[in-house]
Amino acid sequence: MGWFKRSKDGITTNTVDKKETPEGLWHKCPKCKVIVSVDDNKANLYVCANCGHHGRINAKEYFQILFDDGKFTELDADLVSQDPLKFEDTKKYADRLKSTIAKTGLNDAVSSAYGKLNGKDITIAAMNFNFIGGSMGSVVGEKIARAMDHSLKHKIPFLMISKSGGARMMEAAFSLMQMAKTSAKIALLDDAKIPYISLLTDPTTGGVTASFAMLGDINIAEPNALIGFAGPRVVKETIGKELPEGFQTSEFLVEKGFLDFIVERKDLKKKITQFLTAVE
Amino acid sequence: MEYLDFEIPVKELEAQIEKAKILQQESDTDMSKNIDELTARLVKTRKDISKKLTAWQRVQLSRHPNRPYTLSYINAMTEGNFLELFGDRGVKDDKAMIGGWGMLGKESVMFIGQQKGVNTKMRQYRNFGMANPEGYRKALRLMKMAEKFNKPVVALIDTPGAFPGLEAEERGQGEAIARNIMEMARLKVPIICIIIGEGASGGAIGIGVGDRVLMLENTWYSVISPESCSSILWRSWDYKEVAAEALKLTAKDMLKNKLIDGVISEPLGGAHVNPIEMFETVRKTILSELRKLKKLPPEKLVEQRINKFCEMGVFNG
Repeated sequence: MGWFKRSKDGITTNTVDKKETPEGLWHKCPKCKVIVSVDDNKANLYVCANCGHHGRINAKEYFQILFDDGKFTELDADLVSQDPLKFEDTKKYADRLKSTIAKTGLNDAVSSAYGKLNGKDITIAAMNFNFIGGSMGSVVGEKIARAMDHSLKHKIPFLMISKSGGARMMEAAFSLMQMAKTSAKIALLDDAKIPYISLLTDPTTGGVTASFAMLGDINIAEPNALIGFAGPRVVKETIGKELPEGFQTSEFLVEKGFLDFIVERKDLKKKITQFLTAVE
Repeated sequence: MEYLDFEIPVKELEAQIEKAKILQQESDTDMSKNIDELTARLVKTRKDISKKLTAWQRVQLSRHPNRPYTLSYINAMTEGNFLELFGDRGVKDDKAMIGGWGMLGKESVMFIGQQKGVNTKMRQYRNFGMANPEGYRKALRLMKMAEKFNKPVVALIDTPGAFPGLEAEERGQGEAIARNIMEMARLKVPIICIIIGEGASGGAIGIGVGDRVLMLENTWYSVISPESCSSILWRSWDYKEVAAEALKLTAKDMLKNKLIDGVISEPLGGAHVNPIEMFETVRKTILSELRKLKKLPPEKLVEQRINKFCEMGVFNG
């Protein structure tokens, strides 16, 4: 027996009368579901203060965190994809691009910039996962290659922050060849003895793992990031069994010998400086 | 001989020719006019089929059960003068990736390539031509040896993909492919890569960075197989034909998009119809390309190779 009795059936509240929590004030950790204010989340570098979950952030946020005083000069911001194959699946790639550009305010899945990191000159390219899954097409490959050219020309270190589902299917073999383009540039950086740091963040898979992301003088990763060549679903289908706990995480890759160390976001700038100081 | 669905008219004509030949032998009657006529029809039928091949049908031809595989090419082209080498010096020998020294006439060449199996047992033994990280590392070891002795590398590519298994991940499939791509970009000897069957994504480009990248007429090369593309983008396995068209994965399209350097013609009907002719065409192509590449000093060779790949891609701005 309830304390209250419904006197009228089917009571509804009009949308305009509903009292909603205002958008953009609170952030809920996708892992432990603890809610904090957006400002607190930003102050903690988008890392959950409760469980340590490293939230997915875009290039601009990394630039703010890493460049001294958040000051940097962006490179090749205007490059946009051309849809060379007039690709169409359930949707036209051209339309997909248009709506993604409008939605994200970005021109493609990578942004690059140069500036100073603890007083040291550096070029950084970082991926935007919300742009078609951070996938690599011609623009991503070209922007990374040009950012590396900037490092080559000015003889300054290069930092790549990967966060990608892999190659972009809608650009088919053009995407595939970006693996060769970026890796060839790394060979040039290597020959010129320019330090290259590869930071892998959640998630880094496919053609990105199989090219520039794994070719750093040091390969480092944020905690608990998914890193692999084949995605976990594909591996599971291949072996026909459940995957072991922690498979394809940063911690797994350190154990297997493919990462130099794991770095928490708050220590990122310090660790990069430490490495650059050691090799300069 | 096995036949694909669109090869059925060929199968019927071949059966008729065979029958006519037997009849001629057994009954001592002159069937030659009949046989000539049937043979002419067979040629015409093959021509008609090959003129109308769709992207998906070329994918099917690239996987034709009778299509010759890497070792058949090497053995035929070197006339058996092939010294196969094994192992990556780290984990094991990968049976899906083969390699070794072969003689093309007077030319000593380091061959590498994925190997598929010819029957059920061998297909398993060769892991369906899907290499593990140790396969890519074995290939790199051999390419470095070629560089040491200043000999060219020929990579024959035929893979449905790099193996997506648990141990492949544990041993760094991504790292192995990435390193191969980078090291091939700056290897100081000529590299010729030829897609002889399937050129699937990272598994192919892991031995696919060369001064000349060529495709046989009925092969495919792309970032994903049409089946997987269908499954991911259309969320169904039923769009493989559409996906094959959309991906522009045929030799002709790849050349048009300047992502490869040339197309090698196959015998009428495909490589499986006349493997001997196919081997000879490939051998001649390799030798003629090598003659041109050997004239370049190593620095120039590497510079041209890197520039070629750096120019790939289409964008605005």
